[in-house]
Amino acid sequence: MVVPAGRTAHEILAEGEQYTDHPLNWSGILENREELSHGSDKFLEVKELWKIFGPKAEDLLQSDLKFSSKQEILDQTGCVVGLRNVSFNVRRGEFFMLMGLSGSGKSTCIRCLLRLIEPTAGHVLVNGEDICAFDKATLMSLRRKTFGMVFQHFGLFPHYTVRDNVAYGLKVGGASRVESYEKAQKAIETVGLKGWEDYLPGSLSGGMQQRVGIARALAKDPEILLMDEPFSGLDPLIRREMQDELVELQDKLHKTIIFVTHDLHEALKLGDRIAIMRDGEIIQLGTPEDVVTSPADDYVREFVQDASPAKILTADRIKEEPSLLIYEWQGPHVVRHLLRAARRQNAFVVSKHHTLLGLVTREGIDDLIKQGAASIKEAILADVPKCEPHTIVEDLFPLATSSHFSIAVTDSAGRFLGVIHDRTILDSMISDREETNND
Amino acid sequence: MTKFPANIQIPLATWVDELMDWILAHWGGFFDALGDILLQVLLYIEKFFLVMPWYVVLILVGLVAWRALGRWWHGLVMAALLFVIGTFGYWRLAMMTLGLVTSAVIISLTIGIPAGILMARNNLVEQLLRPFLDAMQTMPSFVYLIPALMLFGLGKVPAVFATIIYAVPPVIRLTNVGIRQVPQTVLEAAESLGSSSRQILFNVQLPLAFPSIMVGVNQTTMMALSMVVVASMIGARGLGLEVLLAINRIEVGRGFEAGLSIVFLAIIIDRITHALAARQRQFTSH
Repeated sequence: MVVPAGRTAHEILAEGEQYTDHPLNWSGILENREELSHGSDKFLEVKELWKIFGPKAEDLLQSDLKFSSKQEILDQTGCVVGLRNVSFNVRRGEFFMLMGLSGSGKSTCIRCLLRLIEPTAGHVLVNGEDICAFDKATLMSLRRKTFGMVFQHFGLFPHYTVRDNVAYGLKVGGASRVESYEKAQKAIETVGLKGWEDYLPGSLSGGMQQRVGIARALAKDPEILLMDEPFSGLDPLIRREMQDELVELQDKLHKTIIFVTHDLHEALKLGDRIAIMRDGEIIQLGTPEDVVTSPADDYVREFVQDASPAKILTADRIKEEPSLLIYEWQGPHVVRHLLRAARRQNAFVVSKHHTLLGLVTREGIDDLIKQGAASIKEAILADVPKCEPHTIVEDLFPLATSSHFSIAVTDSAGRFLGVIHDRTILDSMISDREETNND
Repeated sequence: MTKFPANIQIPLATWVDELMDWILAHWGGFFDALGDILLQVLLYIEKFFLVMPWYVVLILVGLVAWRALGRWWHGLVMAALLFVIGTFGYWRLAMMTLGLVTSAVIISLTIGIPAGILMARNNLVEQLLRPFLDAMQTMPSFVYLIPALMLFGLGKVPAVFATIIYAVPPVIRLTNVGIRQVPQTVLEAAESLGSSSRQILFNVQLPLAFPSIMVGVNQTTMMALSMVVVASMIGARGLGLEVLLAINRIEVGRGFEAGLSIVFLAIIIDRITHALAARQRQFTSH
């Protein structure tokens, strides 16, 4: 634990409260201040949530002892503090990360949102309704409709087939067999498991089992997706693949996602905002950029230190406007002129809708003109290195070395967003620190 | 000082005697009625085994063993064992024993499985039941014969009663263990999907505990078989009585035949229930 010498627990706590009580003062949220002040943007509100494990937890909350450190409370009362005065808001459609080491309270926190663990005190508001005040039946229907949860150890039903696993949530909600199977099928296809419907989970690989877990959570089309370290149990290659697919899925589905992780890289890659927890408190809340550039304290700094820029920087951040862009309807002679004028050997070609079609080279155009063709279509090389805005720089290395062309950045619909030159990739590795500090 | 002081004593024996007297005086009617109901059930089940022609029983046992054990010749061996019992001249007695065991097992399961479920879902119940289960399993089986005899007199009913007390603990324990062994994440997942506790019990806990429950059924059945033999001392007829008589008259050959018949019955019952338990285990290796 990184508690700087010379600071008392009270000081640390006071600092923590400052963060949790006044999240708007955080630089990263400044830009979103306007949005946050609207009630409708507080889709999920967590207010002063406490969880204390042990007998007489309520008595402890009444006393001043609750301001003592975790260890002091444990020594004096035998109670373990799971969550200490946690507050945050999540906007509709936001990808919200809860990050911390094991024992920091992140898993407890996400379970309290569904009341899988009953909070000792505090409120969880969904769409303005306090679910902590719900009775059993209302809570159950909330779980059936509004929430979907994905677990680290999958939590699949080993005696049910993939299809029955995914349909389970619909069936317990009272949906007919036909209807639940129909929706389950859709969810199964969404996660790319078509053809595996009749297998038992035990016969699938870890990555595929977690796809079943995700399909099961998605089947009832919940507004909020809770993910408790869903990819931690998978090997690194599969983990990255699943992260990429989750990003793609989120692009399509626009769920509100609360994602627990202990992996900073994962948090930086996926999150719109990150809440860093320690000893049951939120010690920093901000965008990935904030967390990296201005860590709240030594604890966060230590986290961030080993994050290499190649793993944080995304293509979106280092992409440039191309010096020359060719449109598909431009004729060969025009293109040759443009290339010469720009002193370029090649350039990307886009359609009317700015969709990337490929790349033309000067030799290709010269050949076309010799043949007397009227359109440049035949000279377009479609097979060019491409990446998406959220691709991290580390993943660009293989692309850059596999081709002598620059890398095109396109969105999921194939629209051209910018270009990344080999030189830019190298520059980004060196100048990242100064650049981010000047932001 | 090797003698324990004689004036320090707990008259537990007297208390127990007095309790039995009190129960007999005030609850005699209840136990008579209970005995009558039990007897009806017993006779009905026994009749089922006695009325069936011997070859039908052979074929049924062969088929069930075939289905359970997976190989046709396993079925054949099981049927052959039963056939050998018949050749000893013990067919009728074997069927009576089988009837008693079946009745005791059916009643044990109707009590034991719900008790195991209750125990798994409530820690207090588990703490309360555990010492009783320990006592029931460690007590020599003969001890149950005495209160059973006093409550129900001689005959089949006390025999089955004593058998149930002796044989019910394993199925309670293993139902409890099976349900408690269901992984926490699976339960959390079921809960997060909005299952009621009833839905969790029937959709998740019981199916996943099934292999363990079946092991309990197997053990309960085997214990019931061994107890039915002992219970012949208080009037249960069947193979056990035959062994008892042979011991009393020192007829080694007769005792051997009867004993071997019991062993054959045990093998048949054990293999079939064991195979049913093992068959379901494939999920839990996960």
